Amino acid sequence: MKFINYLESISGVAVYPFLAMIIFGGVFLFAVWNVFFTRKDTINEQSRLPLED
Amino acid sequence: MNTNIERFEYDNKIVKQFAYATALWGVVGMIAGLLAALQLVYPALNFDFSMTTFGRLRPIHTNAVIFAFVGNGIFMGVYYSLQRLMKARMFSDTLSKIHFWGWQLIIVLAAITLALGMTTGKEYAELEWPIDILITLVWVVFGINMFGTIIKRRERHLYVAIWFYIATWVTVAMLHIVNSFELPVTLFKSYSWYAGVQDALVQWWYGHNAVAFFLTTPYLGIMYYFIPKAANRPVYSYRLSIIHFWALIFIYIWAGPHHLLYTSLPDWAQSLGTVFSIMLLAPSWGGMINGLLTLRGAWDRVRDDVVLKFMVVAVTAYGMATFEGPMLSLKSVNAISHFTDWTIAHVHVGALGWNGFLTFGVLYWLIPRMWQTKLASKKLANWHFWIGTLGIIVYAVPMYWAGWVQSTMWKEFTPEGQLKYQFLDTVTHLRPFYALRALGGLLFLTGVFMMVINLVKTIKAGSFMANEAAEAPALAKKVEIHGKEHWHRWIERKPIQMLILSLVAVAIGGILEMIPTFLIKENIPTIESVKPYTALELEGRDIYVREGCYTCHSQMIRPFRSETERYGDYSKAGEFVYDHPFQWGSKRTGPDLAREGTGRNKKMDSWHYNHLADPTSMSPGSIMPKYPWLFTSDIKVENTSKKLAAMQTLGVPYTDEYVANGRDELEKQAMVIYESLKKDEAGLLLGEDGLSPNHEIIALIAYLQRLGSDLEVEKNKESNLSQK
Repeated sequence: MKFINYLESISGVAVYPFLAMIIFGGVFLFAVWNVFFTRKDTINEQSRLPLED
Repeated sequence: MNTNIERFEYDNKIVKQFAYATALWGVVGMIAGLLAALQLVYPALNFDFSMTTFGRLRPIHTNAVIFAFVGNGIFMGVYYSLQRLMKARMFSDTLSKIHFWGWQLIIVLAAITLALGMTTGKEYAELEWPIDILITLVWVVFGINMFGTIIKRRERHLYVAIWFYIATWVTVAMLHIVNSFELPVTLFKSYSWYAGVQDALVQWWYGHNAVAFFLTTPYLGIMYYFIPKAANRPVYSYRLSIIHFWALIFIYIWAGPHHLLYTSLPDWAQSLGTVFSIMLLAPSWGGMINGLLTLRGAWDRVRDDVVLKFMVVAVTAYGMATFEGPMLSLKSVNAISHFTDWTIAHVHVGALGWNGFLTFGVLYWLIPRMWQTKLASKKLANWHFWIGTLGIIVYAVPMYWAGWVQSTMWKEFTPEGQLKYQFLDTVTHLRPFYALRALGGLLFLTGVFMMVINLVKTIKAGSFMANEAAEAPALAKKVEIHGKEHWHRWIERKPIQMLILSLVAVAIGGILEMIPTFLIKENIPTIESVKPYTALELEGRDIYVREGCYTCHSQMIRPFRSETERYGDYSKAGEFVYDHPFQWGSKRTGPDLAREGTGRNKKMDSWHYNHLADPTSMSPGSIMPKYPWLFTSDIKVENTSKKLAAMQTLGVPYTDEYVANGRDELEKQAMVIYESLKKDEAGLLLGEDGLSPNHEIIALIAYLQRLGSDLEVEKNKESNLSQK
């Protein structure tokens, strides 16, 4: 596979992977936060779905 | 509230078809595995016949159990649970049929082509390009059918099992497409688009995530549906299942490089693989605990209910395998376990325990229900459970032991500083362990036969309900929201958003590991003396790939004293820049071949000739198969120039002149090897056709003699410089 536009090293672009990690970490923590603050009734109702057919 | 009750029918026929296919291919795949296991004890069972040789049988076994047995198991579970969770019949019966028969066609084509040696040489992705396209088409059909069903559903909330199905679909599509980039040369021959280190990274990103998104996430979906069904109680924590889902799919995708520790892959990528593998322990065990705790307060039922027994052992095996996986990703542990039978033990705890037992549990639960009867014999099912469990233990324990023994024997030095054992010593030492492993496999397979008998009896006694009547209120067009709503509720109702977010979560890891490896020059330092293969060597390499030599031989010397002493200088990334596909291997049943053509490993052409005719003639006690067909069939020179041209397209610097004269160049080099063999003719084990420069064995010898020799040139240059 031919590549023409090589980056010479990671320096200067390292911010992008860090940014990606921060974005995911943020979204993930937000998901955890929300999951723990969902109403118990809703959770119970949803967890019973396989039993209702 | 919508009171408009709708009547409809669930399609059980498609579930039945996938269930039959699961059982059938399970038996076929496991018989292939048992034969492969026995070949390592009794090499005569290779039958000196190309199609039944270990190198071709092993991919047949792995493909059959993964894509045929587990694949059909996934579709069986999905088609049953999706309809009920969505309160809707499958979107289209025709698409269901196309999906079923398309998948079976892929399996049959896979079995035939692999037996014929048509392979890409990339583990678990061996199928050639026309079959790859067929897989893509059938997968799209499955996707349309699944999303169509979700869209016409009568239940607003998408239960967590369905998220796992959606993530499976999108990730498998991504993995399959990216890893299958290959340049076709003929109808059943192609070269990987990637080379060397890059090919290795893409391949193990795929390989690891085939485990994650084919053997794990769909089965977790099945677990989240069928364990509550079998136990008749909701999952322990639905909250935990949401976190389990997002954490698992995000983290899993990064872990691929742990298959390449201590190799020529850049260190930063190896470290990322390790870090994410350790993190993976949390969601994996979260899922396992969630599955097991679903049975809280109902453990007494596990004693009587064989379905629950299978499921409990399956989830426990999942827990064990996902604890072991992160441990094996630690570099210090991996230094011992990698390339040994330890890995084989690890994957079989997952495959036999998690996938096998969960499939059996689901089959025992589904068949009596769909045939409206009771299981024919609970006693026989219990026997299956115990013999299967015993089979797993008898399989795994000797393999763990073998792996440890193998590794320590490879690494042991005498007080004088010499390697204590020849490689062959480890092979002969391990044969009793291999025999025990085969016994474990036989026990497991016996259990499967018991299950088949039991299920056939059940089916005969019952009456099949092809269409199961159901009713549910139609889904209101407008969502009524009472009070404050959390954002995740919004995604849970939207399958397409769920698909996109899943794709984003799984794409991040792959992108961040692959793009730098492809684009940053310093990751793949080039070596001036590394030159492209000659025409004859390229043909020899294709034979090496065709015969599946990589299933037993690695081409990757790790930077350990025990390896550099045995095989020569450690492998460098720059050595593999022309290797489409890479052939690093993942298991050393035989020795590493990266420097087979140089240094202390260099052998005469006649040694290779005799060794491939009858390995025991050169290495008494060897368990390598004989390759008599290489001594009678001719090299297919008509495609040589085409192959060189394809390599040129992929960036290998052949001149146009060399490509055009490929055949002549090949014949010239073949004559040199032929002449060298001719000198030793008296000592050769000649085949019935005698010695010929046209035979495939000549090309294979040329390739083996080339391995590692480029670096020898570099070394000589360095020593000349230092002398000056």
